[in-house]
Parts: sequence; C-alpha cells; structure tokens
Amino acid sequence: MIPASVDYVAPDSVADVLSALTAAGEDAKILAGGQSLLPVLRLRLAYPSTLVDLRKVSEMRGVREDGDAIVIGAMTRHVDVLADPLVREHAALVAAATATVADPAVRHRGTFGGSLAHADPAGDLAAVAVALDATLVVEGPGGRRSIPAGEFFVDYLQTAIGPDEVLVEVRLPKLAGDWGVHYEKFNRVAQAWAIVGVAAAVRRDNGAIAEARVGLTNMGSTPVRARAVEQALVGVPAEPGAVAAAAAHAADGTTPPSDLSGQADYRTHLAQVLTRRAVLRAAGVG
Amino acid sequence: MTETDAGQMVDTGQIAEKIADSDLQSGPDGTKEMGRSRRRKEDAKLITGQTTWTDNITLPGLLHFALLRSPMAHAKITRIDVAAARELPGVIAAFTGAELAGELGSLPNAWTVTPDMVSPAHPPLAVDEVRYVGDAVAVVVTRDRYSAADALEAIEVEYEPLPPVTDLEAALADGSPLVHSEKGTNRCYDWPFAAGDYEAVKAKADVVLKRRFIQQRLIPTAMEPRAVVVAPIAAADEYTIYSATQIPHILRVMLALTTGIPEHKLRVIAPDVGGGFGSKLNVYAEEVIALILARKLGRPVKWTESRSEGFQTTTHGRDQIQDIEIAATSAGQILGLKVDLLADMGAYLQLLTAGVPILGAFMFPAIYKMEAYSFHCTGVFTTKTPTDAYRGAGRPEATYAIERIIDELAHELGREPMELRKQNWIKHEEFPYDTICGLTYDSGNYEAATEKAMGLFDYDGLRREQAERRERKDPIQLGLGISTFTEMCGIAPSRVLGSLSYGAGGWEAASIRMLPTGKVEVVTGTSPHGQGHVTSWSQIAADALGVPFEDVEVIHGDTDSSPKGMDTYGSRSLVVGGVAVHHAAGKVIEKARRVAAHLLEAAESDVEFKAGTFSVKGSPEAKTTIQDVALATFAAHNLPDGMEPTLDSDYVFDPENFSFPHGTHLCAMEVDTETGQSKIRKYVCVDDVGAVVNPLIVEGQIHGGLAQGIAQALYEDCVYDAEGNLLTGTMVDYLIPSAADLPTFITDRTETRATSNPLGVKGVGEAGCIASTPAVINAIVDALRPSGINDIRMPATPERIWRALQESATAGSATGGAQ
Amino acid sequence: MTRVSMKVDGVTYEDDVEARRLLVHHLRDTLGRVGTPIGCDTSNCGACTVLLDGESVKSCSVLAVQADQAQITTIQGLAEDKTWHPVQKAFQEHHGLQCGYCTPGMVLAAVDLLNNNPDPTEDEVRHGLEGNLCRCTGYVNIVRAVLAAAAEMRGAGAGQAKSTVGVGA
Repeated sequence: MIPASVDYVAPDSVADVLSALTAAGEDAKILAGGQSLLPVLRLRLAYPSTLVDLRKVSEMRGVREDGDAIVIGAMTRHVDVLADPLVREHAALVAAATATVADPAVRHRGTFGGSLAHADPAGDLAAVAVALDATLVVEGPGGRRSIPAGEFFVDYLQTAIGPDEVLVEVRLPKLAGDWGVHYEKFNRVAQAWAIVGVAAAVRRDNGAIAEARVGLTNMGSTPVRARAVEQALVGVPAEPGAVAAAAAHAADGTTPPSDLSGQADYRTHLAQVLTRRAVLRAAGVG
Repeated sequence: MTETDAGQMVDTGQIAEKIADSDLQSGPDGTKEMGRSRRRKEDAKLITGQTTWTDNITLPGLLHFALLRSPMAHAKITRIDVAAARELPGVIAAFTGAELAGELGSLPNAWTVTPDMVSPAHPPLAVDEVRYVGDAVAVVVTRDRYSAADALEAIEVEYEPLPPVTDLEAALADGSPLVHSEKGTNRCYDWPFAAGDYEAVKAKADVVLKRRFIQQRLIPTAMEPRAVVVAPIAAADEYTIYSATQIPHILRVMLALTTGIPEHKLRVIAPDVGGGFGSKLNVYAEEVIALILARKLGRPVKWTESRSEGFQTTTHGRDQIQDIEIAATSAGQILGLKVDLLADMGAYLQLLTAGVPILGAFMFPAIYKMEAYSFHCTGVFTTKTPTDAYRGAGRPEATYAIERIIDELAHELGREPMELRKQNWIKHEEFPYDTICGLTYDSGNYEAATEKAMGLFDYDGLRREQAERRERKDPIQLGLGISTFTEMCGIAPSRVLGSLSYGAGGWEAASIRMLPTGKVEVVTGTSPHGQGHVTSWSQIAADALGVPFEDVEVIHGDTDSSPKGMDTYGSRSLVVGGVAVHHAAGKVIEKARRVAAHLLEAAESDVEFKAGTFSVKGSPEAKTTIQDVALATFAAHNLPDGMEPTLDSDYVFDPENFSFPHGTHLCAMEVDTETGQSKIRKYVCVDDVGAVVNPLIVEGQIHGGLAQGIAQALYEDCVYDAEGNLLTGTMVDYLIPSAADLPTFITDRTETRATSNPLGVKGVGEAGCIASTPAVINAIVDALRPSGINDIRMPATPERIWRALQESATAGSATGGAQ
Repeated sequence: MTRVSMKVDGVTYEDDVEARRLLVHHLRDTLGRVGTPIGCDTSNCGACTVLLDGESVKSCSVLAVQADQAQITTIQGLAEDKTWHPVQKAFQEHHGLQCGYCTPGMVLAAVDLLNNNPDPTEDEVRHGLEGNLCRCTGYVNIVRAVLAAAAEMRGAGAGQAKSTVGVGA
C-alpha cells in the first residue's frame, strides 16, 4: 500500500518545528521515527496535510542528567536509550521495557518520544512513564510546559499535546535506594503488541518491599498506574504469597478492552498474574 | 540404523553431521548423487538479490493497474462511476466490471466433484453484486503504482447491503440468506463415500466416541505477494504472461479457455516465485484482468498485490467443521469411522476449491485397519474469500481429526495412546495393504519410525516428569502429544483423478538434451518456487547419465521452453516429475547405446553402460563416453542407418499409484496454567519419505512444514465478524510465528522405499504440515487432562486454554469440553 | 518534490522525490535496486530490510526523504568484490533459504545482529531475527547459518564453525 500525497518539511530546530506546525495548520502530523506512522499512512488510515519531520532537530536527541532527574530527548531512538549508561543506572525500567519494543530494525528508527506521543495503550513505554512519574515536556508557541505522565495520556491515541506543540523531552526522576525493576510483557508471538504488560519497580528494605511502582500496558484506553497494588505492597515481605495478595488488586478500577487478542476478563486475570510475576522479579524473587 | 527393503543398513541419524561431511564436487567416478546433500544451485541469485520476482520485471511503456475492492461482504452495486478517476493525471484508463464483463468471462473451477455441484459464475470483476470483502468492482490503469493508488479513491460506488452469510451451519438452514440467490441454495455439493457397513460395526462396538473438531480458516501467506505482468504484441494478438504462480502450464490452458485467446498465442512464465503453499495454485481474477487490459490497451501492464489486499483476495485454506465418530471394542480394536464434514467454499469456487476436502476423504482412516468407513462432505457457500488448497490440502484436516480422536479413545479406554495406535496400525509385514478406502499403501514401516522417534524423544522420561509436575501441582504442566500419519502424495495417477471428476491428469513431463559439448539440459514440467528442483533434478540426471552434477542445467517455468507440464503442488514434483527425469535419462541412454555400439563396432547387447561410459563386454579397452556419443550424434557423420541426429529424449510419466510417506511426530508442550500460555518444550519427528535425493533439502522441507502445522495449532486464525468483515486483515493481527516463537526441531528419518517408482521416492513437501498440528494439540490436551479438559479449539491461544481451565474449575471434576 | 541524495551500494544518487515515496519504492522503482523485495504493508515481515548507515531498517517504513544523506547497503551491495559475506555463505551452506524471498532481509538482519553481538546464543539469534518472517524454512537452518557465520566471523576454525544447534538426541 502507498501513502497519499503529503507536504513535507524537515526543520532543524524546535523553534522552526513550531513555526512549521503553525504554518501547516491542524492537519499537520509530526514525524519522529515513523515506525507507527508509516504503516498508518501506507494503509491510508490517516491523511495528514503536512509531515513535520523531526529528524534534523539535534537538540531533541540524547540523554542527560539534570539534578535528581534524567532527561531523555524525545527523538532519542530506542536503540540509543537501550545503550545509554544513564538510563541503565537511573531508569533501568525504561531499558527493560524498551528492549521488548517491536524488533531490532524498528528500534533503530523508533524513538522514545514518538512512542509516547503515539499513545497506543498497547505500547510498552507509556506504562513505564506513568509508573515512574515521568514528566513530559512539550513546547509550543507560548513556551514550554511540563505535563505529568498521569495527565499526558488522555485517551486511545490521544495525548495532552496541543496541535501547535511538540513533545521535546521526558524527565524521569532518578530512583534513589535499592530498586529492582522488571517489565513483564505477555503476547502471543514475539513481535506482537502486548496483550497485557506490567512495568514494575520495587525498592527493597530488609527483605520487605518498602515502595513499589507499577504501570500497566493495554489495560484501558490509556496506560494505567496500579496504585492499589502499590499501596498493598508497602511493607509486605518479598515472597509469592504476600505479593500475590497485593497483585490481586492489579485490575482495580481498570476498564480493559475486549478485542481479537483478548477479552476484558482475561486481561483482568492476566494483569493480576503478571503483576505478581513482575513484582517478584523486580524484587529479585522468582 | 534402519533396514531398507534391499537389506542395506542406512544410518539416517545425525543428518547435520552427514551434511557437514558430504563433499561438494563430483566427477564421473561412479559416486552416487542420490542421497548427497548438495548445496543448492538456486541459492546464488537468491542470496545476492539477483532475482526475477514478477514485481521486479519492467518493460518499456509498462502500465500499472490497481483494483477497487468491496468493503462489504455482500451488497448490490447500485451505482459505480469511474469518470472522475479517468480525469486524474497519469490515469490511462478506468473500467467498471460491467464495462469489461463481455471480455473477462468467468474464472474457472477445474473440479466438479459431483454432477449436480452448484457452480456459480465467477466474474473477475463484480458486475452487479459483491460477495466478499475484497471482491473487485473496478480497475484503474495508470503510469505508475502511486497514481494507481490515488485513482482508486476517485471512483464512486454505492452499495445496497445484502445480508452476509458467515456461519456454515446457519447457511444450510431453511430461510438463510443466499450467497448466490439465483442458485436457490448455499449448498455447493454433497459428496458421500462409504466402505463396509459403518452402522453394523457401530452396533457391535463397545465404545463409540463422537467429537467435533474445527479446522479454522488460514491465510497461506507465501512471502512473495502475488503479481502479474502481461506483455502484448497487440498486432498479432499474442501475449506473454509473467505470473507469481505455481502453475504456469495450467494457467496457460485456463487463460485460453477463459478468454478465448488461442492457447498457442499465450506464453506463460513463472519467473522466480517466492513460495506458494497452494495459494498460487490458481487462476486468479487479476491474471485474467491483466491479460484483457494488455489486449485492450496494447501496452504491457503490471499488478502487484499488497499484503493486506492479498489477505482479502488470495485463496484461504482449511475452514471445516469436522464431526467424527469412532467405534471400537473395549479391547481397543478400531471397528469403524464415520466422518461428516462441512467445508467452507467461500463466495466462489476457485480452481480446486470444491475438491480440497475430497482429497482428505481417503485419509481419515490413516494408518489404521478397520472394517467400515463412512464419509460425507457438504460444501457450503459463504460471503467470505474463497478457500482452496493450502499445504496438505485435505490431508492435514483428516490427519488432525483421526489423530485427535485416537487420543480421545485412548483416554476413554485408559490406554497409553501410542500402544493403542500400535494395536491398530498396519504392520510392516502387511504391506502392500489395501485400505478401507480402496487405496493400496505400497510400503511403510510405522514400527521403525515410531521406535526411532520414541528414542530421540525420551518418551518415558518425559512421562515421569509429567507425573511429577502433576503430583506437585506445578503451575507449569507438561503434556505429550503423538501424531502418526500417512498421506497420499505424488498426485496422481491420471485415471484416479478422472474417476474423481478432476479436470486434468496427473502426469509429468521431462526432456533431456545432451548438448554437443557433453553438457546436459533437463527440461521439467514442474514449477519450483523454493523446493530446489534445479538441484535435485541435477542429481537425478547426473546419476542416471553418469555426468557431473555441475554439468546439468534445469529449465522450468516457461511454456515456451518447457511446453508440457502439470506444475508443482501436492508433494508431486519429485514423485512424478523427478521420476520423469529419471525415465527421460533412460531413453537417452538407450539411444546412446545404439550409437556407441555402432561406433565401437559391437552388438548393442554387448554394450554396457556404467558411470557415463559405454564399454563392450569382454573388451574393456573398447569404450566411449556419453559425452563423446553426444558429440557424435550432433555431428551425425557416422550414425546407424535411419537414426535421427542429436541425443535427446522426452518422457511423460503417469504414476500407477500414489505414494505414501509416513512418520511419527512427538511433541512435549509446557502449559502455564496461570496464563494459558503454552510452549513447545521438545519436538521430535521421524519421517519416512522413501528414498532421498538430497537430505539437506528434505530436512528443510520438513522444518518448514512443521512450522506451518504448528502455527495452525498455536497462532494462525483468519477471523471474520458476523458482518463478514475480515478482522485479521494485516500481519499485525494474523500471527505468523518468527524465529523467536519456534524451537529447534529434532528431525530424523527412516527409509522404506516406495515401490511405485524406480527411484523409491515418496514426496516430502507437506509431511511436516500434516503431522505437526495434531501432535501439538494432543500434547496440550494431555497436559490439561487432569482438569477434565478434552479439547482445545485451534489455534490453542492462551486465552482459550485459560478459559477451558476456568470452566473446568467451575464444573468441578465433571468431564467438560472446551471451546 | 524534495531533493535527496543517498549512497546506495557504493553509488551516490540524487533525485527529486515525493515526500510520500517509500524508501523501498525509491530503491526498487527509481534506482532499479530490485534485490530488496516487499512482503507486507505493516512493517511486520522484514523482507525489505536494508542497512541504513550500517543499521538494519525496514525500508518500507522509511520515507525516501528520511534517508537523505544516508548510506544504504542492500543485499546487492553486501558482497565485496563478488566475495560473499560470511552470512551469505552460511545461508547456502546450511540451507537457510528455500524460496529466497525473505532472504535479503533475513541476511541483512543477521549481519546487523552479528555486528552488535558477535557471539550470540541460539536464543539471541532467534530474538535478533524476530522482525523477519520466513514461511519456508521453519527457521532452524537460518539459525544454524547465523551461528555458523558468527563463528566464521570471529575467526574460529572450521571445527568450531559447525552449528551448535543440535540434531538428533
């Protein structure tokens, strides 16, 4: 299949990106790595008027340290996120989830910010962003604003990014203390989207769980923070029975979809099992 | 080590070791090519990208066309207007179905399985009604593929919805909406077969088990999408058709019959073809449309399908409801089998649509002895993509049903499933064996294959582990699955095909041309698309003629250079086409012997031929090579009186019987009872495909078949909704396993020669795909038996397994089925 | 139209392209580099994989304009001076292809894999190739070929080049 005709600009600064978006109007579409957008265009599921390609905006690439946060440029490719020592040290959960995104060729093109801005609830990185209390920094004509991950994902494929704004970077608070992480992805074939995924980070203290962060993939129209699980985990021993009891809350308050890859009740069940497994793995058990 | 019927011990184990050790160069030294793991001649161009896929072909003035397809499963076309499309830049022409109806004709079906079969007209472009999502309604012809995609969007169509027909049983009920209202029924045919008195044996049986199995619909998904290019010589009304097809010869005949263009004005070329698996064993709308557009416009045209387009329009496979009943004694002896099939034809009959389930009819009794067999198949029209052959075509369905119900019978009787099979299968000393279906299985040794497989598998060790996991209620349960099988390959004796009302014969042609320099051209009527015929046929010819492997070239896939053939499908190529090469070589040798005798001034009866050299009995110094004889017949200076110059031959081989490969497949599955996820722990198969030309290629065929059969069991599912929309319309939703999803298979062979051909070969293309599906499902069911589960519908998704476990927990210990 | 310049298999090409033009169509239809085939429209199959600045990408999911100034290696440019890359040799030696349609992408994905991980386990090879679908081989011989090529490229002797993927018990 072949995309419909479209105009194209490739500015080399955020400022010029914003000008291009304003000039192109509402039907403009930002092109990051293109690994989700290109198939959409090929199947003619979207007809943008203009593609604003970010590939020349070097200020949007790379990972840096900024006090108690690490900052991942929106145009940092998955493969570069995976290889980054700062990410491994301070946001290992990001690396764990990124390693499961699609396949190596896609990870050579796809970007951290593009994946989040696409806001597919089946995408692996959004659950990590909500679990880690990421802050998404968008820039528009009025300057920059920071959006907590919990408010960034509005609905299926919809974010809080305005039509004249662009996601420029993502700030992740460093995890202080003895944290373990795990991303548990459940799918039927290796390259399929997650039926359910669980991103878990656990701080251990004397064999017990002192603090936990849990995010769920594909358990609703947006990524879900499993706060009931997190609360139930505080202070419990890092062993299967106690963790399972907490993980039983994984689907609390969620409205998982029913589709070809799973009905809602199955997803509810999976969320509980996979949360238990993810937390135990993150805690270094099982 | 296994014993061949010649008494020779052949070690077929450790194939990889043998492959690594096999040498790469041959000479006319008497070394047999047969059995040697030659690296493929085909590979050089494929590995370096110097390929000629149909879509690679460009010609001066080439136009592209694209088809507008129905988004509705069933509707009247109330208005269609291509005028706006015609006005777009780069658009050469645009036509509706009505505008081309007179020239396009109706697509052929070649298998009228019963005299009263309902065979609706099948217009390549729908005229007034669409009957499946993807049915083409209009065509645009443009100067490049991008403008073609754009022009489709300028076509205006209005549809008046008609009710879809998506359920096989509902389609047969009174008052069902009709796919073809003019036919008054959705019933395509009823095809009964019976041998022995099933009801009588049922009456005396101690145990009668009945099961319903569902063969889900599959999308064959050859990696190369379909494509066609037609180059006209307009002034002469002559056409060259390049198509990504398995059947250039059949396509030529059918295009002539469909369009009325004389057959001798059509040349069909199958260039490099990237897999088929039955999906390119057809005469497609786009091939006819391409031909007619090239004729109308006088310019070459090309069409290439996109993958999502192909998912809607390239024939699908399987899709049957199987009701199977088995009658047995309490001691485990099978008395009889009754099978009732509902087979989904889809919206129209493509080339072999109706016959595919019939190919399976003779295979339900499989390797087992019984007194009675009753079979009935009803073909049903639905508003879905037409079905047709898919790797195995009828035989995987049959093998699945019998191997599943044998396991059910074993469970019912409290018997070890392999022991029950042994009790009932045909013993090796009973061959040749006339089956209940009237087939004669010429050779086989189920005991030998099974013994070898059991050893490789560590069956007893895995059973112990299974018991331990059950004992400790491990969340990961282990199941062992068995599938023994045979299949009818080498399609086919032409007389048999005639008796089944198939539209053509089953012979295959080969020609051999000895060139003046002693090199050899083999012309084959088979049409390879991944099977390695060039390499294997070179080995056969080299052995027969005593020439080096490197000196043989194989020509195929072009009706100009290979004018006679029946093409490639049904594991027939080696058994029919390869054997034809062997016979053609024999004819060359006989002519060469006469020339040699003449040149050596000896009596023909005194001239012996061995390893490429003719010599005279008793006078070892009097000899000449086949290459020298070739040169002599080319020069023609000194030939026997009346002999025609040049050394070549034609042979058409029509087999007297099918061949019957068999094997034993064993699968261990780990099932995560918490999530329902299942995983292959170990897969062992020992196949007996008769004598082997090239072990490397044979092993590769088995691997690929296993992957596809396992994918049916676990992953692939072509899903329509109740409105007839294809829900699995792209590779995102139709799951093809990758390397990460499959294990390394443990494969081995036993070797019982076929007696129906001089090479002793049986065919291998479909074996893995036939046997693996029931092995996997039997293993999953075996893992879940303690929960009272006795079936999991394919594909055995984690969700289905989880639901079955949920239902069994709810039902307590009651034996309950699962969806 | 946008002016793009790219070096494909050692040759620099400059062309005006529509923004929507897929890299794979640019390679095939404009530059005539038809060794790279197309197998799907959702970036699942990997048949169109090429190396872009040395890294594997699916050329059906890259616009030609995005490849401006890039160096691209297709299957047609992988062999150097007609000497096959060790991965190409291993694919023939171990029968890692049948119809050959997935082969260009599979070979280039394997080259990329071995560039990043010269000594992969069988499991790493299988996961490294998860974005490339093959319908003929069942992957067993592809995995054998990649492991053998890895050994060859590491400079191991022929003895170590033998596949570690077992056959038989």
